[in-house]
Parts: sequence; C-alpha cells; structure tokens
Amino acid sequence: MHNNRYTFLFAIGISVITAVILVLIAQQLKPLQEANVALDNRKNILKSVLVNEEEADAVNKAYEVAVEEMIVNSAGEVIEGVKVDDVDMKREVAKSPEERRLPLYIFTAEGGEKSYIIPLRGVGLWGPIWGYVSLKNDFNTIHGATFDHKGETPGLGAEITEPFFQDQFKGKKVLDEEGSFVSVNVMKSTMKSELSSDNRVDGISGGTITSDGTDEMLKNCIEPYLSYFNKLKLN
Amino acid sequence: MAEVAEIKEKREPLFSKKTLRVIKDPLDDNNPVTVQVLGICSALAVTVQIKPAIIMTLGVIFVSGFSSLIISMLRKSVPTRVRIIVQLIVVATLVTIVDQVLKAYMFDISKKLSVFVGLIITNCIIMGRLEAFALGQKPWPAFLDGVGNGIGYGMILIAVAFFREVFGAGKLLGFQVIPDAFYEMGYVNNGLMVLPPAALFLIGIYIWIQRGRNPKLINVS
Repeated sequence: MHNNRYTFLFAIGISVITAVILVLIAQQLKPLQEANVALDNRKNILKSVLVNEEEADAVNKAYEVAVEEMIVNSAGEVIEGVKVDDVDMKREVAKSPEERRLPLYIFTAEGGEKSYIIPLRGVGLWGPIWGYVSLKNDFNTIHGATFDHKGETPGLGAEITEPFFQDQFKGKKVLDEEGSFVSVNVMKSTMKSELSSDNRVDGISGGTITSDGTDEMLKNCIEPYLSYFNKLKLN
Repeated sequence: MAEVAEIKEKREPLFSKKTLRVIKDPLDDNNPVTVQVLGICSALAVTVQIKPAIIMTLGVIFVSGFSSLIISMLRKSVPTRVRIIVQLIVVATLVTIVDQVLKAYMFDISKKLSVFVGLIITNCIIMGRLEAFALGQKPWPAFLDGVGNGIGYGMILIAVAFFREVFGAGKLLGFQVIPDAFYEMGYVNNGLMVLPPAALFLIGIYIWIQRGRNPKLINVS
C-alpha cells in the first residue's frame, strides 16, 4: 500500500508529464491544423459558387483569382480596415444584427458575373454548424450552398454536408414575390405553409434539430446583408 | 519499444503460444463486443459507413495497445487508490494525440469522425482491459492484449459497417455498389440501416451465428 504523500506526488507527476506531452504535440501540429481549416474554408466558399476544387494549390489559386473579401454592416455600409480573417463568426452571430460585422465574399465568374457569398453560422443538435450560401446578382436567387458541422449525428443530422441536401438550395429564393425577406425555409415536405416552393427545401428525416438549426441559421445570417444588397441594387 | 522487451525477466519468444493466444482470444472466443458485450455504444454510432469505421478501428487499436503497454509498465508504481484516474489520464492523453494527428493529417476523416474520436476515452473495452489485464501483466503481453482487443472490436465494427453501408446507402467506401438498374426496378435503400437500431440487430445476428458455430461459447452466459 502506498502512502498519501506518494499518491499525491504520483498524481501530480503524471499530470504534469502528460500535460507537457500534449502541449508539445498541439504546438507542433497547430500550423498544419490551422492551414487545414483555412483551406477548408476556402474550399467551401468556392463550393458555394459551384466551383469544386480538391487540391490545395488549385483551391488557393482559384480563390485568389476570383474571390474578393469585404466587411459590411447591417446599415449597408462598408467597414474599412478589418480583414475577414479577423472576424470570428461565432462572436458575431451572438451579437444583435445591428452590431455585427458582416464578412462578404464576392466571386467573379469568368464571364464577369458576380455572386455574393454569405458566411453562415448557427447551432445544430450537438454543436456548431456553419456554411456558405451564395446569391446571384439579383440578390435573391441562391446560386449554391454548402454546410458543415462539428459533431452532428452521422447518417442523420450530419447529412447536411451531403450533395442531396445542398443541391436543393440551387435556384431557391430568399425573398417572396412581394420582395420581402422570408429566407429559404428548411421544413418537412408535407408541412403545410403559405410559402411558395421557391422559398422552401426539404429537411432531413431523423435530423430534425439539425434541420431546424440550419433553417434558423439561414434566417439569422442572411437578413442583415439585405440593406447592403439594396444599396447595390440601386446603383 | 526496445525497452519493453528488455524489461522481461524470463526470455520468451516474442510470439510464443501463450502470447499468441492473448492476441487471438479477443478475435473470437473472447471478443470484446460480441462475447463480453463491451463498447456497444460506439459500435452503434460509427458504423453507418465503412471508412469512418476503419479509421475508428485504427484509433482504438492504437489507444488500447499503447495504454495497455504504458499502464503495464507503470503497474508497480501506480498507487492502487488512484489507479482508475491514472488509467484515465493515460487513455485521455493517447486519445487527444489521435485526435490532434487526425486533424493535422487527415482533416476530412477527422471531420467525419468528429466526436467519436474523443469518445474512445469512454470506450469500456479500453478501461476494462487495463483493469483486467494490463495491471497484472508484463508489458509485451499487455500490449498484445490491447492490440488484440482493438482488432476484435474493429472487426465487428467493420463487419457491421459493411452491411449498414451496402443496404443503407447502396455504397461501399463511398462508391456505389448497387447498380442503378436495381433502383430503376424499384429497389429502395433500407432506411432502418442508417439508424442506430440496425447496428444492434446486426450485432445480435453476429452473436447468434458466432454462438451457433463456436461450441465454447454455448452455456457461457
């Protein structure tokens, strides 16, 4: 039987050793992990305008050539001097819409046609969900959408990352016929509502909370951009 | 690893009959999932598709092998009263390493496995083997026992994932295996297969077949 002193020293010793090992490993791998995340973001931004690149170099090249980054606010003004990389979406969506800094990515296709990419962030069942949705230059029709998540249930909520779900968004509209914002609603296909089929997509069976989270996220994240879009429309 | 072999007092061949049994037992006679019925929870969760199941298997083999090895090397110095916490720290450290390495080198798969890598910590097989075997055995057999149990667990995982992916999604490793012609004739993917209960049924069927074929398991429980 070991005495108390030994037990304490052993416990402290092993905690310190494992902590040091983990810190070293985390420090070593951090640049790689961050590069992965940054690359993944760029890949997703491109995916939302239907440019599918897999290789790191191709992604970076396509991104640098075609995507312009900017920050706006809900009054429709451009905020200068802030980079999109410095804006933490998690913090921004927690603020009220008027106080948010809103990152916006503008994609110019080879023909000169522009798409406006809005980053999304919300909550699913187990953790955060996020994504990008791109609007065509009528600021109404969705060009493409991509979603991702931290820990939704595989096979159920995690299906938001699958093409069958994301493809539904193409061509849907965020405004109703009178031009007021209704967002694209993720709901059961059998659910009765006054929304036209342009404003709704099918949710995922078995992934109700994730679907609802996606719905909420779209509403919450797209609306603040409208005043900036309205300004652009007038020009 | 070289140190491990030196600690052994009596020189035995690395793969003697006894040590081989340690690694073979968990594959059939003493399978952690189907005979000891441990680790069922994660077996239900990560078996929707085969690729995450394979990576999960590798993760579990790594964690259970090396945690057994480390605990066995420490077994004489670990104070008995805090041994569970010590085991937990070792397992948690290894799991965190796996998670970090996946995030750095296999980002896509790490995204797919998401929470389940972290949940290896709570896999009963690992703590169970540490308590039951590694604490009382020399490092080499303990390591083999850990690896063997990891393989025994992964075997079931991959077998279950195989059926769930084929019948639930019509795919294997993401490639479509059920031809379009079948779908045109009215074949529909089995929706139950992507839900957790399907894994339970499949494991049940596996246990049934295994007990039917292996006389040693009859009347065990």
